[in-house]
Amino acid sequence: MPGASALLDKLRILTDAAKYDVACTSSGLDRKGRPGSLGSAAACGICHSFAADGRCISLLKVLMSNACAYNCSYCVNRRENDVPRATFAPRELAELTIEFYKRNYIEGLFLSSAVVKDPDFTCERMLAVLRLLRGEYRFGGYIHAKAIPGADPRLIQAIGALADRMSVNIELPSQKSLSLLAPEKKKEAILAPMAQIRAGIAESQHEIARYAHAPRFAPAGQSTQLIIGATPETDRQILLLSSALYKKYALKRVFYSAYMPVVAGPNLPALSQRPPLLREHRLYQADWLLRYYGFAAEELLDEAHPNFHPLLDPKCSWAINHMEQFPVEVNRAPLETLLRVPGVGVKSARRIVAARRAGALNFDALKKLGVVLKRAQYFLLCAGRPFPGARLQEEALIRALCSRAQVQRIEHPVEQLSLFDPTQEDIALCLSGQI
Amino acid sequence: MPERTDIAYLYDGSYEGFLCCVFESFEKREIPADILPEDGAQLSLFPARAIPTEASRASRVAASIPRRISREAEEFVYTAFHTCLHCREIRLLAFLRLGYKAGPAVMHMLADETVAPLFAAVRHAQNEAHLLSGFIRFSEYGGLLAATIAPKNRVLPLLAEHFASRYNACPLLIYDETHAQALVAEGGQWRIAPLAGFTPPPPGAKEREMRALWRAFYDAIAIEGRRNERCRMSHMPRRYWAHMTEFARDGAIAPEESASLPAKAVWEAGG
Repeated sequence: MPGASALLDKLRILTDAAKYDVACTSSGLDRKGRPGSLGSAAACGICHSFAADGRCISLLKVLMSNACAYNCSYCVNRRENDVPRATFAPRELAELTIEFYKRNYIEGLFLSSAVVKDPDFTCERMLAVLRLLRGEYRFGGYIHAKAIPGADPRLIQAIGALADRMSVNIELPSQKSLSLLAPEKKKEAILAPMAQIRAGIAESQHEIARYAHAPRFAPAGQSTQLIIGATPETDRQILLLSSALYKKYALKRVFYSAYMPVVAGPNLPALSQRPPLLREHRLYQADWLLRYYGFAAEELLDEAHPNFHPLLDPKCSWAINHMEQFPVEVNRAPLETLLRVPGVGVKSARRIVAARRAGALNFDALKKLGVVLKRAQYFLLCAGRPFPGARLQEEALIRALCSRAQVQRIEHPVEQLSLFDPTQEDIALCLSGQI
Repeated sequence: MPERTDIAYLYDGSYEGFLCCVFESFEKREIPADILPEDGAQLSLFPARAIPTEASRASRVAASIPRRISREAEEFVYTAFHTCLHCREIRLLAFLRLGYKAGPAVMHMLADETVAPLFAAVRHAQNEAHLLSGFIRFSEYGGLLAATIAPKNRVLPLLAEHFASRYNACPLLIYDETHAQALVAEGGQWRIAPLAGFTPPPPGAKEREMRALWRAFYDAIAIEGRRNERCRMSHMPRRYWAHMTEFARDGAIAPEESASLPAKAVWEAGG
């Protein structure tokens, strides 16, 4: 290892360069520790810390190198940007991963890289780290590796055999935006490794069904991420894209990254633009509705309403436009219907279904189960009776569903701003009917 | 019908000891006014009867739970016993009496006034254990990994399998300072034993370097433009910070001054 302070600087630079990557999850795989090896994986994923921005830290998320050959205009690591550059030696990074893991700082490694020289050279360096970890160090913790578009399929195959999860960044929500902001990246070059990883996973699952010890390929699945707010796509376009990615490429997750202006460019939003965090939050909410609540993208947004409501979450928004389906009877509604009730999550819905087997439920019983009635009260009946005092008139309902803080902000616009609340502009657009 | 008495059972504080109290309650056909550990931490106004811990009685009660209720209930009772729920012993006795009557269905009676608080307590303990499985910070002292925690619930039994399996190649110790006990694990085996105190030795050069590297990573990974203290604190409440490397500076792991934030009440008022 080099001197302590040289390593410290390197780690700072390569963490700083990786921090805009969103995915830090360590979920999707259960693997017990094996005698003599270090590490295991838990299907639920484990967060080891939370950074000052409130985001989970699960994996050691760094770039192998930030010396990029490309010049994508939105990216802080672009060739022409004047930033300090650094590159990890494979052994240096493998050792750091092991030492951090031993101290329970991390759940594993998230390895990505700028394109050094060319995609093949970059992939080989990454592969060297993975080989050291899985071979010499007998590391059984979680590894998430980025596939570099344009690399030789054999290298992608070799990485997938050692990593738990793989991802290819789709970067921007449309081909037009991609060619505008990242002219060196091609849609085909992004989709090719995605398809290859999908095929690798499918084949390995098929093999495992036949022999327990068949070689695994990215057993925790594949994910992707895209930047929102750098280009003009609507929420509807983005959600339809995610939905297609889940269906076509069998992805485990699509991550959304609110565009954070870090470099100036002619095709980019101004540096002063605040990242669209509320929009990102709404897209994540909708994404969960797609994956766990049985909603289809087309149900949540249509051409007349292509963007999410800044004051209402996507489920509330949908419910208000489908009042004919409410209220639903707690003691009889099937699980799928309960899941569509605003304020009722997957856990609450399951608890309701379990508890009503032991006897009829009233609103008091729901509270004892831990079901939060703040929003749900307007959409539920218990034994045919509504919640005392709950009325279902649209205008009052919208007001009731918005948090008091949000309503106050509309009535008294001078307020401190919190990152997850709508901006003044959002509210103005909403009130003038543009959103 | 068992008779309600005004006698409090005193037991040794162990799970087996508690099971013997359950045995006593059935044998004497009575429901005690309270069940208390005999360490004297809680004073009772009721006349007390000491219940000795006998392995044969404990194992008869232990075997009856999966047989007459369910396996799920067995694990549930064990976990609930290790929570910080007030009067958990007497509540668990009521739960078991209900379970022996209702059978496996007791695990669905989530709205029942005996069952609901126990379920909430178990959720609380499981959440705390899950958070700690990530927030525990080991230091390496000549091959031994050691950590200190201050949990509200007795979470060590919930954490034991996870850490023993993950770090089967290195011996480790997790000291629970709230309940003065420690988990010791090596080679996939583990046990939990009382431990009055644990003072770690001073960290070596390698240990100090790793701590500095981790703090550098922690500081660099946050995006300044998205700073959100409230979000961080709701995911990682401040009571965990005292034992976390990222909030400590050289030497002992203790909160640094610059990391101290306004008290929680201020944030709640601000929100």
